[in-house]
Amino acid sequence: MLASAILTIAYRDFMKFVRDRTRVMGSLIFPAVFIGVLGGSLQAGLSGSIGYSFITFIFLGMLAQNMFSTAAQGLVSLATERDENFTQELFVAPIPRWSIVLGKIIGESFAAFIQLFGITLLAWLLGAEIFPDKLLLLVPAALLVGLLGGAFGVLVMANIRTQQAASQLFTFVLFPQFFIGGVFTPLKSLPPVLDALSHLAPMRYGVDLMRGIYYAGTPSYEPAVAYSPLVNVAVIVFMFTVMLGLGSYLFARNERNR
Amino acid sequence: MAIIEVNNLVKHYKKSDTNAVDNISFKVKKGELFAFLGPNGAGKTTTISILTTTLNKTSGTVRVAGHDLDNDEKEVRRNIGIIFQNPSLDKNLSGEENIRFHASLYGVYPFRPSYRMMPQSYKDKVGALADVMDLGEAIYKPVRDYSGGMKRKLEIVRSLIHEPDVLFLDEPTTGLDPLSRRNLWDYLNKVRQDQGTTVFLTTHYLDEAENADRVCIINGGKIVKLGTPDAIKQELLHEYLVLDAKDRTALRRELDSAKLEYEGEGPMRILVNGHNIQNIIKGIKTPLTAVRTHAPTLEEAYLSIVEGD
Repeated sequence: MLASAILTIAYRDFMKFVRDRTRVMGSLIFPAVFIGVLGGSLQAGLSGSIGYSFITFIFLGMLAQNMFSTAAQGLVSLATERDENFTQELFVAPIPRWSIVLGKIIGESFAAFIQLFGITLLAWLLGAEIFPDKLLLLVPAALLVGLLGGAFGVLVMANIRTQQAASQLFTFVLFPQFFIGGVFTPLKSLPPVLDALSHLAPMRYGVDLMRGIYYAGTPSYEPAVAYSPLVNVAVIVFMFTVMLGLGSYLFARNERNR
Repeated sequence: MAIIEVNNLVKHYKKSDTNAVDNISFKVKKGELFAFLGPNGAGKTTTISILTTTLNKTSGTVRVAGHDLDNDEKEVRRNIGIIFQNPSLDKNLSGEENIRFHASLYGVYPFRPSYRMMPQSYKDKVGALADVMDLGEAIYKPVRDYSGGMKRKLEIVRSLIHEPDVLFLDEPTTGLDPLSRRNLWDYLNKVRQDQGTTVFLTTHYLDEAENADRVCIINGGKIVKLGTPDAIKQELLHEYLVLDAKDRTALRRELDSAKLEYEGEGPMRILVNGHNIQNIIKGIKTPLTAVRTHAPTLEEAYLSIVEGD
């Protein structure tokens, strides 16, 4: 019964995304532009010196980064729906608050997943090494990264009342993670200070997990991957649980303690 | 049997100097239509939000449908239906999807991604409810295109799908045209008759409160009056006999000698106060130019409470 309620909430968020054509188009086009411009120019300057395909490296980072950011920002709907007075319908349902939040996170993760098709297509056109069997292995990992991003989003949203404040704060907390999370630079070659900061960025573990799975058994694994996928999964599961628990507790508390 | 029990309820908003709800206690009986009446800012929505678990109270105890709000919040939520002041529908979904979504959240039906996959009993129920509410085929259309009246109807259909013991309505007819209001009340009355649902209503429409079993008038966070509409009217306002004559001096003299209390230089308003109106008139010899009685409305009683003191 609880599972059915969580599924209901997840499905609703997913459907809301699918029916919003502008959001679907945007989520396909934006990363495409990003990876195209950035990956292309970096490839030109760097290839050769690092010993593996930089465009593939960026492609994997972008997969994780997009899952993480899109799922996190999807949670802005908590504020939007409060303005539309829909949140109250959710919060009077006879189910625990964390299950409501979990449902939304799952829905937003699947919504975020759609754009991976666009990124993959573009990366292929730009000459990234695409191995279909490895891509399939990335599917569960990508969803896991989406859940992590969603839980991160809940924690960010917990103390925010307006949609505008939410959008601004998300830029502020997500953008630095692009850089210290290793989307564009190998995590292993970060300077010590950035490396320490990087360990605090949840996105990092998603980026590293995707690369770890994709590069497993190839020469690129050694220079491009910091921790084994198992370590990354463990950290992600831990972070997810803490952020989901704390985030939904704070969100529900702020909603009711006025 | 009391289905709602509120004892010494206090709500103090963080950023406020005063209590929004200031130590109120009341009981609502099973099956009652209980109206919470008061001006804007009186504490109506605050009270209903606490009773429906969407707002934390500062102190006091609340029991709804046999469950304590502090220990058994989930059971309270399972047994109540709520129509919020602002429609809480998902505009991107169809009316039916809104209902299906609600039904799954409350565990009435397991979740299915499409209407076609839902059990026949669900389809029958939705069809019947749509017909009763005159929504018809519109129930399968996006809520975005609904009128205000249709949205309210859909919300009521939705709130009843899990057959709650208590239905909370927070100013449900605000913004509705008279015909939609009438339809809504016809339906609500039918639901009350068929299912014995207790209705807790907040309103500032006095005619709606007038139809309630009991009215609780709240102002400045305190209960000012609680009773049947008739009792409140009687207690607060008295029936007047209004008399006038060409020769007002003579009329006044007669009223004085009959020891009747009256107000006004003319026309004179005589407090009926248990006197027999016929006897009063019989005793008057002065030719009268006007005779009429004035019975108070709840509105007058209400205004005298809210403005008066």
